[in-house]
Amino acid sequence: MNPAAAPRTFEVRPSPDAADPVHDGSLLEVSLGPQHPSTHGVFRMDVVLDGETVVKLKPVFGYLHRNHEKIAENTSYLGSMPYTDRLDYFCSLTSNWAYALTVERLAGLQVPERAEYLRVITAELTRLQNHAAVCGFLLQDMGALGTPLMYAFRERERILDLFESLTGARMMCNYMRFGGCRCDTPPGWLEQARSVVTGFGAFLDEFEALLSSNEILLGRTQGIGILPRELAINAGISGPMARASGVAYDIRKVDRYGIYDQFEFRVPLGDHGDVFDRYMIRALEMRESLRILGAALQRIPAGPVIDPKAKLRGFRPKPGESYGRIESPKGELGFYLISDGGPNPWRYRIRPPSFINLTILEDLCLGRSVADAVVILGSVDIVLGEVDR
Amino acid sequence: MLGGGILHGLAVTAKNFVGSFTDPERLVTLGYPEERAPAKENARQFPFLVFDGADPQAGLRCVACQICEKECPPQCILIVKSKTKKPDHLGKPQFFPATFDIDLSVCMSCQICVEVCPFDAIKMDQEFELATNDRFEGLLRHRDQLARPNAHFQKLHPTDAAAIDARRAEELAKAAAAATAAAAAPRKPAPESPPAA
Repeated sequence: MNPAAAPRTFEVRPSPDAADPVHDGSLLEVSLGPQHPSTHGVFRMDVVLDGETVVKLKPVFGYLHRNHEKIAENTSYLGSMPYTDRLDYFCSLTSNWAYALTVERLAGLQVPERAEYLRVITAELTRLQNHAAVCGFLLQDMGALGTPLMYAFRERERILDLFESLTGARMMCNYMRFGGCRCDTPPGWLEQARSVVTGFGAFLDEFEALLSSNEILLGRTQGIGILPRELAINAGISGPMARASGVAYDIRKVDRYGIYDQFEFRVPLGDHGDVFDRYMIRALEMRESLRILGAALQRIPAGPVIDPKAKLRGFRPKPGESYGRIESPKGELGFYLISDGGPNPWRYRIRPPSFINLTILEDLCLGRSVADAVVILGSVDIVLGEVDR
Repeated sequence: MLGGGILHGLAVTAKNFVGSFTDPERLVTLGYPEERAPAKENARQFPFLVFDGADPQAGLRCVACQICEKECPPQCILIVKSKTKKPDHLGKPQFFPATFDIDLSVCMSCQICVEVCPFDAIKMDQEFELATNDRFEGLLRHRDQLARPNAHFQKLHPTDAAAIDARRAEELAKAAAAATAAAAAPRKPAPESPPAA
């Protein structure tokens, strides 16, 4: 028998959760995701609901974490290039470009003019297919099941065919190299690209006739998920989301990386910052991309596509650091690299646009219904490969 | 008019619906597997090893330099170098891979092995129907399964193959010319041993 044993008294205390409205039954906590089709991937939203209204929303990421940054610190500079395809798997060519741009700054490589043109052409084609797919998915989230998404995918498929004949893969292109591009265009590719670009204009007209004046669409998107201009700036929102809130910030204009200073295009801006503005900004940006593409496909010069000084193997940039950023279809995509002179980067850091755009999701959704939260998430345009890395 | 936008949209849908029956341009889908899209020359799936001639052992271009093994980002290649040597296309004795395994379940089809290979020995195949019941041994391809004749490469990537074949023929001609020149030239007298004092 334990000598320290003594009779115990118990008092009935109120549960510590009693003050919590979730636990007293007046509010309902719902875990939306991570396998819910409206979350665009393995993304979870912890939503607290008062009836149908969202009173609290916590985004939960990390289900697709692949340790990309640490892997890149343990592999060669070239070896990280195919991994950047898998960041934003809708826009592998812009991810390639951002990484190549950063390493070129680090190593002081020059890009030949034809390669710069090829980069602009592939990046703008990427923007077209990304925005087309995003508009289709957004409408799908609103209940326009199938039709707009299939029309968008029909056009996207033509662009992916172009990517396949140029780079060898539809989505995981792995096309850019430090100091240029991996290979030149196959014969007839530029003509094929011109005809795709011409056809895309007709598709945009059709797509806008299909839905942009649809009363249900207007009712579901106008005044929903308003992102104020100040919040957009304070939270570091970039890309079409920031521009829909009236922030005139396009890195193609601000940084003029590559040869974007040689092209004439406008940056569409929204007044309201609601879901409809974000949808329309993407539609208008596609038209501006078509202008850039028309000019680039006409003016592309002949010449080499890679800097002859660029080395594929045994690439060791001198010690230093660099930050490179581009306007990816989702916003500002930045890479930060520190080199200690070795064959792999000492530090490798990515600034992913859709991760940072996702941080203000709660501010957009508070006070709206669950159905609106799904539409708002669709208008943010996330790709979980990039959010979780 | 309220609902005008909806009717306008429905007209577009109707146009597409009817159009897909009448206009073959609008029929964008293929009835796989009976119909297949034409293969693109640059398309890539998984690597294979090229051999010249008829014998996959004797004609294998790979010299087991292990560059692709080191550069492969997901590390899906395993090479064991041979103990003996065999002659390459120029007649020079070279090592060959005693083991050359590629794990297709790890490979991410990035083509970096092809780019870094200095011997044009590894190239990308376009076969994509690789489903198997055995996910371990069935997806681990060994040297003899990976070896494909040069004719296969010429069929898949004609432009690349033509350039590589021309370069190799040139190398061979140069080596043959050097050999005949060496045979025709009077043999250099061996350095005379210093006269014995």
